[in-house]
Amino acid sequence: MQLWLIPLLPLAGFAINGLFGRRFSKGLVNVFAVGSVVLSFAWVLKTILALGDLNSAYVEHYYTWIQSGTFTVNWDFAVDRLTAVMLLVVTGIGSLIHIYSIGYMAHEHGPNHGGYYRFFAYMNLFMFFMLILVLGANFLVLFVGWEGVGLCSYLLIGFYFDKKFATDAGNKAFIVNRIGDFGFSLAMFYIVKNFGSLDFSTVFSRAANAPVEVLTLIGLLLMVGAAGKSAQIPLYVWLPDAMAGPTPVSALIHAATMVTAGVYMTARSFPIYTHAPIAMEVIAVIGIATAFFAATIGIAQNDIKKVFAYSTVSQLGYMFVGVGVGAFSAGIYHLVTHAFFKALLFLGSGSVIHALSGEQDLRNMGGLRSKIPWTFWTMMCAGVAIAGIPPFSGFYSKDEILLAAYRHAPWMYWLGTVTAGITAFYVFRAMFLAFFGDYRGHEHHPHESPPVMMIPLTILALLSLGGGYFFKVPHFLSAFFPPLEAGEDSSLMAISVAAGLVGILIAYILYVAKPAVADSLAGSFKGLYTLILNKYFVDEVYDATVVNPVVSGSRALLWKGVDVEVIDGMANGVASRARDVGGVLRLLQSGNIRSYAAWVLFGSVMVIVALGVAGGLR
Amino acid sequence: MTEVPISWYLTLSAILFALGVAGFLFRRSIITVFMSIELMLNAVNLSFITFSYQLKQVNGHLFAFFVMVVAAAEAAVGLAIILTIFKNRSTLNIDDIDSMKN
Repeated sequence: MQLWLIPLLPLAGFAINGLFGRRFSKGLVNVFAVGSVVLSFAWVLKTILALGDLNSAYVEHYYTWIQSGTFTVNWDFAVDRLTAVMLLVVTGIGSLIHIYSIGYMAHEHGPNHGGYYRFFAYMNLFMFFMLILVLGANFLVLFVGWEGVGLCSYLLIGFYFDKKFATDAGNKAFIVNRIGDFGFSLAMFYIVKNFGSLDFSTVFSRAANAPVEVLTLIGLLLMVGAAGKSAQIPLYVWLPDAMAGPTPVSALIHAATMVTAGVYMTARSFPIYTHAPIAMEVIAVIGIATAFFAATIGIAQNDIKKVFAYSTVSQLGYMFVGVGVGAFSAGIYHLVTHAFFKALLFLGSGSVIHALSGEQDLRNMGGLRSKIPWTFWTMMCAGVAIAGIPPFSGFYSKDEILLAAYRHAPWMYWLGTVTAGITAFYVFRAMFLAFFGDYRGHEHHPHESPPVMMIPLTILALLSLGGGYFFKVPHFLSAFFPPLEAGEDSSLMAISVAAGLVGILIAYILYVAKPAVADSLAGSFKGLYTLILNKYFVDEVYDATVVNPVVSGSRALLWKGVDVEVIDGMANGVASRARDVGGVLRLLQSGNIRSYAAWVLFGSVMVIVALGVAGGLR
Repeated sequence: MTEVPISWYLTLSAILFALGVAGFLFRRSIITVFMSIELMLNAVNLSFITFSYQLKQVNGHLFAFFVMVVAAAEAAVGLAIILTIFKNRSTLNIDDIDSMKN
């Protein structure tokens, strides 16, 4: 079935553009970059159609990667129903965003005028690693993709590497992800120790018989990895900063695909989690806490991309709630619909930024509804989808998660519903600030984006509206995941929908009907407002408790202590002792021929004396 | 007539050698230093001949001839060098000839 072709096509695009893109015209770069991803999407479609019902995993074995005693790691790809969903999302959304990037990056040179081909080369490399991550049939192959997408994320966040904030943001993302990956690595070691294998099929079939403590520990360690990659408390801090990258990057990597890798991995490991209820509880609690916490931060952000960044953190929290309460398919469902509407929100805000020639501050927007109507309407589609208004896509997935949360623990449902209201509020706050009222910007002629950007937006708008209805992901995955007790509860559904509507209504009152009220509210709750505006000072707390101690400790102890004193001291000490000895021996080389002769004589006399003492030659 | 004892020859050889060494170490003129080297060589020749006579073997004689040949060659080359040095530097003081040091 040539599964290897799926990731290899983007890799070829990366290689061609990366090696020769500097000499290519932009059109040629586009052909290789977009063409390879679209071909990959087509191959995914063909593969999935050809594989039929996919009730059991289809595995392709390529070669044995590592062999040590009885432990082997194979380079295997597998496709089952979960993988099929992920493949379609990654390549489908990926193709749309690549097409969109043609328009968005058209005027982009980047540092050193090498930006255009470099951007697409990195994007293709990202697609390659993401597909490896999704296709891998064991934890180690998944981890290869996992690290690879982290690398591409770093490279693309720091795309404008001549700007300090961009490189700082890239470093932050990379370093925070290392913490998570440390947990993931430990989890893999523990899996090898207890199961003797890293293959999904082997590990999961043995998981049922393993002791609960082992499974709980593995589950928690995997969750550390997932929290890093999917930006959950306490490792979420990198994602909002990651918006320093170009907007299509935010849409593809930091909204639709890479950040959902953690959700995918935990859902993939469900046989471990179903036997480790404590680990699941931890996931659910972290998820709901992140969802609520990030949503409240989203209220007060003024950068349009930051609003959606916190929104992404929050929505990822929802997905973890779904996974944590056992509704794995609902979590994946929300992953899919979120990919639609959040990619659309980011691409739409990219279109707004494009229209305003780089302006990102909501305070300098306003009244764009009449100037860029098509962008407005497509973003509105995403807005109603994320707000959970029926029958749009976000409603279905969020409803399933909240329902499952209610059956697990009612307080999670209520917190989730409040979060849904806040979500609707901040998304529509951003919409109203950008598109309603009077224009407050400086760019004189906001212009609608070219068709190459608007077509992907339109497709994503249609998916955001109808994706929940037409793609019944939970139904498709029902045989894959353990069944959940079924049950509709129309009153709970109505409450969460009402929360969304109330959120929109409040946003409308505060930012369209009576704009003065918002300011006076911010004034009367000044302390709370400052707290939220500064993101609860989490970055500052991390700086004070983790970053600065590490930095100053490294500086004082490791650099000036261990490195300078011990390591350099040893190397320099050897050298300077050698120099001292040489300094003494140097005196022998006087250049005076008679002193040499004296030394020769001295030496001869010493030899004779030595021979005499030793008793002569025999 | 009694033979001259071997030890006399060896003592003479040692005295000559010591004189050569002393001349080599303490004289400043290159010519004198050069002659001291010849003196040392011939002191050693005397030892060779002495032992050769005592042991009734011809090896010592052969060595002596070799040394003489080498000494002659050395004298030819050495004197040429000394002449060149004197032409270039107008001095035969051995302490002034230290350009290898720098």
